[in-house]
Amino acid sequence: MLIIDCPYCGRRPEIEFTHGGEAHLVRPPQPAELSDQDWAAFLYMRSNTKGIYAERWRHARGCGQFFNALRDTTTDHFLSTYKSGTPRPVVNTTPSEEGHS
Amino acid sequence: MVSSMARLAPLVTTSEWMRALPFATRLILQGDAAARTAAAAVWGVSFSQIACRALSQGSRATLWLGPEEYLLLDMSDESASVATLEHAIGNIPHALVDISHRQIAIEISGPFAERILNGGCPLDLDLSAFPIGMCTRTVLAKAEIVLWRNRADAFHVEVWRSFTGYVAGLLREIAREYYPV
Amino acid sequence: MSFRVSKGGHIDRSRSLKFTFDGKTYAGFVGDTLASALLANGVHLVARSFKYHRPRGILAAGSEEPNALITVYRDAARYTPNLRATQVELYHGLQAKSQNRWPSLRTDFGRINDQLSAFFPAGFYYKTFMWPRKAWKAVYEPIIRRAAGLGVAPTQADPDRYAQRYAHCDVLVVGSGPAGIAAAMSAASTGARVILCDENSQFGGGLLSEADHSATRIDGLMIRHWIAQAIQKLKENSRVTLLTRTTAFGYFPHNFVALSERVTDHLENPDLHLVRERLWQIRATSVILATGAIERPLVFPGNDRPGVMLAGAASTYLNRYGVKTGSRAVVVTSGDAAYTTALDLHAAGVVIDAIADLRTAPVGAWVEAAQSAGIKIIAGATVLDTQGNVRVRRIDLGQVVSGTVVKLQPINCDLVLMSGGYTPSVHLFSQSRGKVEWSDTVKSFVPGRSAECERSVGACRGIYDLSEVLTDGAATGLALASKTPISVQSASFTVKAMPIDTNPYVGALPQPDSQSSSKAFVDWQHDVTTRDLALATREGFRSIEHVKRYTTTGMATDQGKTSNLNALAIVAQTLGVPIPQVGLTTFRMPYTPTTFGAFAGISRGDLFDPVRTTATHEWAQARGAVFENVALWKRARYFPRANEDMHAAVARECLAVRHSCGIFDATTLGKIEIVGPDAAEFLNRMYVNSWSNLNVGRSRYGILLREDGFINDDGVIARLAADRFHVTTTTGGAARVLGTMEDYRQTEWPDLKVWLTSTTEHWAVIAVQGPRSRDVLQPLTDIDMSASAMPHMSVALGAICGVPTRLFRVSFTGEMGFEVNVPADYGRAIWEAIFAAGQFHGITEYGTEAMHVLRAEKGYIIIGQDTDGTVTPDDAGLTWAIGKNKLDFVGKRSLERASMKTATRKQLVGLRTPNGEVLEEGAQVTLRTGQKPPMALVGHVTSSYFSAVLGYPIALALIGGGRARLGQTLYVPMPNGDIKVEVTAPVFYDTPGARING
Repeated sequence: MLIIDCPYCGRRPEIEFTHGGEAHLVRPPQPAELSDQDWAAFLYMRSNTKGIYAERWRHARGCGQFFNALRDTTTDHFLSTYKSGTPRPVVNTTPSEEGHS
Repeated sequence: MVSSMARLAPLVTTSEWMRALPFATRLILQGDAAARTAAAAVWGVSFSQIACRALSQGSRATLWLGPEEYLLLDMSDESASVATLEHAIGNIPHALVDISHRQIAIEISGPFAERILNGGCPLDLDLSAFPIGMCTRTVLAKAEIVLWRNRADAFHVEVWRSFTGYVAGLLREIAREYYPV
Repeated sequence: MSFRVSKGGHIDRSRSLKFTFDGKTYAGFVGDTLASALLANGVHLVARSFKYHRPRGILAAGSEEPNALITVYRDAARYTPNLRATQVELYHGLQAKSQNRWPSLRTDFGRINDQLSAFFPAGFYYKTFMWPRKAWKAVYEPIIRRAAGLGVAPTQADPDRYAQRYAHCDVLVVGSGPAGIAAAMSAASTGARVILCDENSQFGGGLLSEADHSATRIDGLMIRHWIAQAIQKLKENSRVTLLTRTTAFGYFPHNFVALSERVTDHLENPDLHLVRERLWQIRATSVILATGAIERPLVFPGNDRPGVMLAGAASTYLNRYGVKTGSRAVVVTSGDAAYTTALDLHAAGVVIDAIADLRTAPVGAWVEAAQSAGIKIIAGATVLDTQGNVRVRRIDLGQVVSGTVVKLQPINCDLVLMSGGYTPSVHLFSQSRGKVEWSDTVKSFVPGRSAECERSVGACRGIYDLSEVLTDGAATGLALASKTPISVQSASFTVKAMPIDTNPYVGALPQPDSQSSSKAFVDWQHDVTTRDLALATREGFRSIEHVKRYTTTGMATDQGKTSNLNALAIVAQTLGVPIPQVGLTTFRMPYTPTTFGAFAGISRGDLFDPVRTTATHEWAQARGAVFENVALWKRARYFPRANEDMHAAVARECLAVRHSCGIFDATTLGKIEIVGPDAAEFLNRMYVNSWSNLNVGRSRYGILLREDGFINDDGVIARLAADRFHVTTTTGGAARVLGTMEDYRQTEWPDLKVWLTSTTEHWAVIAVQGPRSRDVLQPLTDIDMSASAMPHMSVALGAICGVPTRLFRVSFTGEMGFEVNVPADYGRAIWEAIFAAGQFHGITEYGTEAMHVLRAEKGYIIIGQDTDGTVTPDDAGLTWAIGKNKLDFVGKRSLERASMKTATRKQLVGLRTPNGEVLEEGAQVTLRTGQKPPMALVGHVTSSYFSAVLGYPIALALIGGGRARLGQTLYVPMPNGDIKVEVTAPVFYDTPGARING
């Protein structure tokens, strides 16, 4: 079980969280103006990154808040968690010497 | 409103380490700090700005559940007035919802309280990590609870009413190790 | 004959215990394991091997034991197969039996497999039993499962209780040998929270195998005194948790480590309040692995006979349990370690016929000590074979002379002790995703870069010198507890011990060109020999992961504890590459087998899942309701009277609603209170409907889509005030819908001033439906319920029987109907009050089954039954609900995609059966009759019931282009032939909808 650093509550066990898919996908403000292809891309296309991935989590059984996280999908180590609506932080992408949960 | 109708909460068998707490008024207040300031004036308890902390005064308490979500408890008065609060908050955007019957409260106390709760709750309940006054929504096995430590050896647990049987049964089963039946 | 020595060790000779093995009674002492007690009674033969049914003895003394798998039982339910006899603590009355043999351990007919072994090479089951394909399940599999295998499962449910506990610490130390104890002591000295666990019944690890007369001292103390003093000090520290009989079996991400504590298995009569096992789920800031090393067996022909064992195990049996493992021994070793064994056994009166040393010119203090004890040492030795049936009786040694192996005179003996040095236990380190690296000096893989905040100390990273081990443990314990760099000055120990040259050996022992026909085992547990590994490489397997699976070496419960390194070396040698290039297979959890009970914990029986009940549950129980599970809820399905079956009860309940009045518990519907100045705008964006134009005191049927345009949920939404809505959801969708709404509220539209609160459990909801419903309720409430004051789809606030209520006029039956919402603690009382008041009007309690029939008669859909995540509002015939002038709502854009508008989409229609059959829900529908599979399917039945009010069966179905097929005849193919169906509109009863407005 992972430890996830909720930006509101601090480090808490994964069992309190739900995963919310890829982060930084913004719902188009005028969906009607999108082509079928662009709308399909918004609905279905995800980057599925091997490596550092920006994803959403919700502290569903905690403060209830959605937030974003940078997680290395090859190690399950989190590099950063940050509030929804704030930009993706720049992190050192070289792997750390040893894991910090 | 006074009614002759019988009020019936889900049953929790009292034991040395577990007891059901009496009927209480429970309100969820959501909104920004201005709404809370206005509410505090009539509720008589201010609202913690620190996450996962409860403040209490007499029978009343405010529990931080989320950055904009607080649980207001009055453990003595089962009909504390929503109208008084609504009037005090007035036009400041907010949501105040009566959930008095949504959940019940039980108290887990005694020297084994931490260990009994850790039979299903994954949080670190050591006093250094979960001090007196800390409150949070979390899980107890497959149920969601609100856990509030109000003494070193006592926890106030809020449980959605239909989960009462499960939670109480679970805790009783865990506690058999410490309180043989 | 007893092989027990008269004194010494960690057993209590004053407390004798009786136990049985295969029905025969033996005696042992408190402190024994089953293995040590059997050996004390001269019993070596304890098992038959997995594949060849070869006689097997006890190879080791700890959890690495691959042979001695036995069954221990108290009764038919408390029956545990596949335990390692070396880990089973003896108690008075213990009953054990051997496995995988028939009719007895001594005479096992399965032994024929050994003679037929030419037919059972590696991967034999892939090759031999493939054809004919049908025979696998019917013939081959049952035979193989019976012949090759482990113990049998218990036949009765497990009556024991199991506990689970979450725990946290700063430092978790796994293993309590010298490294682990030193690490725990120094970590605890900083005030850190420390957990020290060990799979053994005693702390001390390998130190427990030290002889009482050993000259080794730590800080001037005899070993056992040093252990006792250290453990006492740890016990006195309230921040330290000490756990014996506790195996760390799984290392999960972020330093989450699973331990299994065996609480009562060693007790004769466990107290009833005790759990059998406790699963610890530990979150540690740092983890120190002090898991030690396992002695490496030597690979030579006939190395699996009972009486052939690891040298270190013989030391443990002698020094810890006071048991001599034989009378005449030959010790085969690659280094100094087995010399201590030879000397200890010699001192205990065991004849040591020879030490066969693999080294060409062994020298040093240990060699001199053996020589002065008069023990013959053979240099450059190898083993060519052993003899003996159920116990070794002879060893055929060889000697390597200038590169050639020559035979030596055979030696008669009843004990062969082997030692190829040690293999560091990197299982947990590997589970933590740490990278192992090859060490030429240790001739093994050792921990390299860590993936977690974790360090290995002592023997599990190839450090064997006692002084270095202690220093390593202490320094690491201090560093991880205090978060400072590791410094060697942290702790110091004065150690007095003779240095040991472990000189590890890896791979098969040298053999002459004309090899023995005996098998040389690499993996005892899975009967894998050198020849199997050679065969696998000959057949083209190159990756060690493939070799592992093909030969089964290092798999399953054993996880290669004794076999991995030798297997790697043999594969490397066959392929002609260095060992590191072959690589190491990944170690799997659990480290040793863990019971299902520990994983299940208290999640059994009534506590398996929460059972959610409503305020009227006991009332319904008392009325004889039959319940069904809906999500986690128990809902009354129907209320049979007298001898009614479900069909009769449901028909009666339905007719009561249609003709007078029914009462139904609708509490489980999800409820969300949406409040704030932007509440209506929020609902506009979420639901397909328009909400701005909904007046206070009115309600509307809302449809929620997913962003992909398919129906997600539905429910009635009432406006209580300009800024307050009471939203209902489906029972199963309550949590999901709230989560979806929170997602949009927080992340897409954080500017909206609106908040959501779940009120599902605050309200008890009592549906009163039928033409007499108003007559029943009006006398109980101060709300004006007249048709003009409360038309269909309205809501009023007031009181019922003096209790505050939100009264909805709403119908899911097609009849005039109301839903009484009252605070849940009053639910039971108000229900009973309404039920009493309704008696005059013939009020009838009804369950979910009648509710389903009533709504189907009206063509109302149920989410998840008539929809399946691919149904649009138009497919369900609900286009009317979509707000006409809305620019956007969740899912709107998707409805504009071409594929969402094709005429051939499955659409909701009704089906009738001219011949009166009740269709099966889920049945497929075809256009033509008399077809054979595969055939084109045009749709499927989603709901099907017998309608009492209509007198015939009805069904709802999703049919391709369905609305254009009204009146057509289609077919439902069933095993007994096609059922003819006629496509109709989905509304069967009161098509104009007049009754609802009564």
